[in-house]
Amino acid sequence: MSNHLIPLGTIVRREIMRIMRIWTQTLIPPAITMTLYFVIFGKLIGSRIGQMHGFTYMQYIVPGLVMMSIITNSYGNISSSFFGAKFGRFVEEMLVSPMPNWVILLGYVTGAVVRGVIVGALVLVIALFFTDLHVAHPLITVLSVILGATVFSLAGFVNAVFAKKFDDIALVPTFVLTPLTYLGGVFYSVDLLGEPWRSISMVNPILYMVNAFRFGVLGVSDVPIVTAFVVMLVFVVGLSAVGLHLLRRGVGLRS
Amino acid sequence: MTTPALHVKDLRKTYGNGVEALKGISLTVQPGDFFALLGPNGAGKSTLIGILSSLVNASGGDAEIFGVSIHKRRSDAMRLIGLVPQEINFNQFEKPFDICVNQAGFYGIGRVEAMLRAEKYLKELRLWDKAHHQARMLSGGMKRRLMIARAMMNEPKLLILDEPTAGVDIEIRRSMWQFVSGINAAGTTVILTTHYLEEAEQLCRNIAIIDQGRIVQNTTMKSLLSTLDVETFVLDVSTLPASLPTLPGVTLRVIDDHTIEAEMSRSHDLNSLFAALSSHGVTVTSMRNKANRLEELFVRLVEHGRETAA
Repeated sequence: MSNHLIPLGTIVRREIMRIMRIWTQTLIPPAITMTLYFVIFGKLIGSRIGQMHGFTYMQYIVPGLVMMSIITNSYGNISSSFFGAKFGRFVEEMLVSPMPNWVILLGYVTGAVVRGVIVGALVLVIALFFTDLHVAHPLITVLSVILGATVFSLAGFVNAVFAKKFDDIALVPTFVLTPLTYLGGVFYSVDLLGEPWRSISMVNPILYMVNAFRFGVLGVSDVPIVTAFVVMLVFVVGLSAVGLHLLRRGVGLRS
Repeated sequence: MTTPALHVKDLRKTYGNGVEALKGISLTVQPGDFFALLGPNGAGKSTLIGILSSLVNASGGDAEIFGVSIHKRRSDAMRLIGLVPQEINFNQFEKPFDICVNQAGFYGIGRVEAMLRAEKYLKELRLWDKAHHQARMLSGGMKRRLMIARAMMNEPKLLILDEPTAGVDIEIRRSMWQFVSGINAAGTTVILTTHYLEEAEQLCRNIAIIDQGRIVQNTTMKSLLSTLDVETFVLDVSTLPASLPTLPGVTLRVIDDHTIEAEMSRSHDLNSLFAALSSHGVTVTSMRNKANRLEELFVRLVEHGRETAA
């Protein structure tokens, strides 16, 4: 393990340098978007909605919006960065090296999680300008952030491996990730939904991530917290296996 | 017995579209050699290099780098190789210094040592003044040299250069060869593919010619060149005589008012040719080989191989 720390650190460092080099693309847009969400949904519409699970609407949606930022930015970071490396062929720098596949995967995932966490922190700081927040369960908050970001980093990696052109890495966020996020209880409690929508919502993995984080911050959740963590862990293990299999087979990378 | 730098055993590659790029290639390169791997476009050279550097999955056979199997001990084998690919394949938005340091990092080399090596090789390849500029700002020749510097970061025992001088001007090409010759002299085994056959002739001691996925020749450069029995010279002359002299074993052809072509056996001396031309009042102002000697052999071997296959 120790002899893999340098290659792992190199990938993570390169990813963080990339995030910082293009900070106007990686950090500022999500901050602006989330500020607009807070103003429109939290302040303007939220003031007419009233309380939800004992919290103001603004307080209720903050964890969901933070998690939404973390998920979309982790996914977007790894899919664009790894596909960019494929497209520019500099992924070959890693493929010809002695690095094992798991180091490549872990390096890119860590880079993506770092971006998710930075953006999440930025959004949280912006939220504090609109409402008061007290973190109910710090450990659960941190774990749900890391697991949620990891799940979508891995999913973004799989997307990047299969992508043949830049359009392919925009398809999944547009047609899968965004709808699932909006239907994942970011803006509402699924308890408000009637059947069959409530049952359908329960198969949406984002629902579990949003609620795990909401439980960590506010102490309330629509789903059992243990179930939420089991769902996230299952996705981490499953997607890691898929990612490693793709790297071992060289799908989209080796002829 | 010395362990070969490269030992390729019955290596095969069939692509998904059914193209059989390698049809069972076997090859040995000794340590310290400067080895030319030549062949026409699509012959299978890049596929072979791709397999050796683990960018292409082989369909069969194996290859050992200094006795280490690329299939059984991929990581250990890759530590021994440095690859300069045909296509530019670094992040154009990164700086040459970072590209080199990162490459060392991928090989597990600590950052301090990596920075020292990056400085050393960027200086040796005359890129140090561009080390902290974005790589996309470099000229074509500089980009090629950067890929050599990057390939040297793990100080490989076997350096593979896949057409490293394509599109590079003569001055930079010469400086690149000076560098590569230097590291070869210091003990690094070098495998070179190039379309500039005069380079291969000047630099390499051994040669393999590959065509249609098969090795059609594998020998020393010296013995290969000795098989060339006929040479053609182009003579620039001041004036043409009314008739050309007749010499046994020499065929003279008039190309234009100031050029004669002489095709002759390698055993034939040039003095008698000059004497005969002089007696006919012809003054030869300059003379050159019509084609590079290796180029002539290369064309013959490839054509012969194709005729045999047909």
